[in-house]
Amino acid sequence: MGITTGSIMTGGMGSAAMLDDFFTRALIAGIGVALTAGPLGCFIVWRRLAYFGDTLSHAALLGVALALLAEVNITLAVFGVCAVISLALLLLQRRASLSADSLLGLLAHSALALGLVVLAFMTWVRIDLMGFLFGDILAVSATDIAVIYAGGAAVLAVLAWIWHPLFAATVNHELAEAERMRPDRANLIFMLLMAIVIAIAMKIVGVLLITALLIIPAATARRFATGPEHMAVLAAGIGALAVVGGLFGSLEWDTPSGPSIVVAAFVLFLLSLLPRVMTLRKESVR
Amino acid sequence: MKIAPPMTSSPLLASLDHAGVRRDGRWLVRDVSLTVQAGEIVTLIGPNGSGKSTTAKLALGLLAPDEGRTERRSGLVVGYVPQKLSIDWTLPLTVDRFMRLTGRQSARDVDAAIAATGVDHLRKAEVRTLSGGEFQRVMLARAIARKPDLLVLDEPVQGVDFAGEIALYDLIGDIRRDLGCGVLLISHDLHVVMAATDRVLCLNGHVCCQGAPKEVAASAEYRQLFGGRAAATLAVYEHHHDHTHLPDGRVLHADGSVTDHCHPEDGHHDHGTHDNGDHDRKHHDRGDGERRHAG
Repeated sequence: MGITTGSIMTGGMGSAAMLDDFFTRALIAGIGVALTAGPLGCFIVWRRLAYFGDTLSHAALLGVALALLAEVNITLAVFGVCAVISLALLLLQRRASLSADSLLGLLAHSALALGLVVLAFMTWVRIDLMGFLFGDILAVSATDIAVIYAGGAAVLAVLAWIWHPLFAATVNHELAEAERMRPDRANLIFMLLMAIVIAIAMKIVGVLLITALLIIPAATARRFATGPEHMAVLAAGIGALAVVGGLFGSLEWDTPSGPSIVVAAFVLFLLSLLPRVMTLRKESVR
Repeated sequence: MKIAPPMTSSPLLASLDHAGVRRDGRWLVRDVSLTVQAGEIVTLIGPNGSGKSTTAKLALGLLAPDEGRTERRSGLVVGYVPQKLSIDWTLPLTVDRFMRLTGRQSARDVDAAIAATGVDHLRKAEVRTLSGGEFQRVMLARAIARKPDLLVLDEPVQGVDFAGEIALYDLIGDIRRDLGCGVLLISHDLHVVMAATDRVLCLNGHVCCQGAPKEVAASAEYRQLFGGRAAATLAVYEHHHDHTHLPDGRVLHADGSVTDHCHPEDGHHDHGTHDNGDHDRKHHDRGDGERRHAG
């Protein structure tokens, strides 16, 4: 992990040769996304926002469709659509009488359906729908890697900046507001960070599985974490481990790479349950 | 560390001026006026749903008033103990980390606050494993460690056993003296409020009555139950209700009339019993009552 990220930083001749290999590019890209998704995923788990993550990632397909229609950069278009959906959700939550989960379901599936309809209209565009739904990590380019690492670094830097108010607001919104932590601002920024992560993670695992990459490493990290910051670091590491395991697994058994990464994350989660099961058994034997 | 509470011209920390909050066509509270000054303890009492927490949130600026005005001193440092705070299992949060939730308090301030509330042995414990009473102490410690100008405590003794309750009330009195901060305290208990309280407001959707708490009048039951120390700490607020609230929300006044609302100026109230803390009214109402009577 250290070697691969290091090679990006130095950008020498050796790394250029390394980047020629599609599998190495996939590893570097996947690790970059996992490192970013881990800390953000902790907030998804803490705040019970799993469905919000799903909503944004489903809306990502609409972003893809609009990008192809208007011939703009797909990552930018996905970020734009996700940001609009986040803001729409904030507004609707304030004034609408529907519950938050109904609103999320409404937005998620409307955006997904709209995306599919728009794509179907564009008969002149031949796109790999499966690639968007399940990811196409083996097709990442050096440019994709640059976008992932630049975007990921920006996301992590901003997350570090809003970490304290965002965490305080996660524990109790009113407490944070009363003690002048400006939780509303932190929440808004967090939603935009989510939009960025979904835009850059879409290519790795696809719109249907992004939430898994956010949630499963964080849930796995919880069992070992002693504090919120510890949990964020652990989640990033566990996510990276899942990417490495999933990619090597897909190479070994010729399985689709995006789903394999999620399966690897799930296996790590199951392994994290083992110590607890064993202590339970010990106690019952005693 | 020991700062004498300023006796005169204490700076105003927060004030409500005929403030009201309306939700879904119903007034949660209405026409509430109160001030909290540095070094002063103001207690809100009243039954469930009487608008105590709403009033505290108005004072904190968490709610904007739908009528009237609220003000806070600029740059006010607030320590807030909310009524409910649940920590989910997914959150790995130790007491030590919780102490620094909303600011970077110095280790000395955190140590002092944790020692004062008696939770030193819980520092490494996860917050969600604490008992109700332990958690209340930790929340109080966290608020104190901020060295606030204004301490807002929403039922800070819930889940605390009786001896602990008395100790916590004593502690709140000490904090006020040591920090010179203003305290807005909420209690759902209509009878037991601190002797250290400077002013009590009884709420029931509006300010029913207010004034200085009277000491327990040598009540034999109290002394027997809680000992001499407790009798000095606990006091019964002498409560003169000149009206009762009917189940349908209307108000039955002492003169036998029934109205939809309860306003001091509606002529059904006996103002003699309504305010039994004349020395407090001077800076509390600031001539307000007089102006309203004139108008």
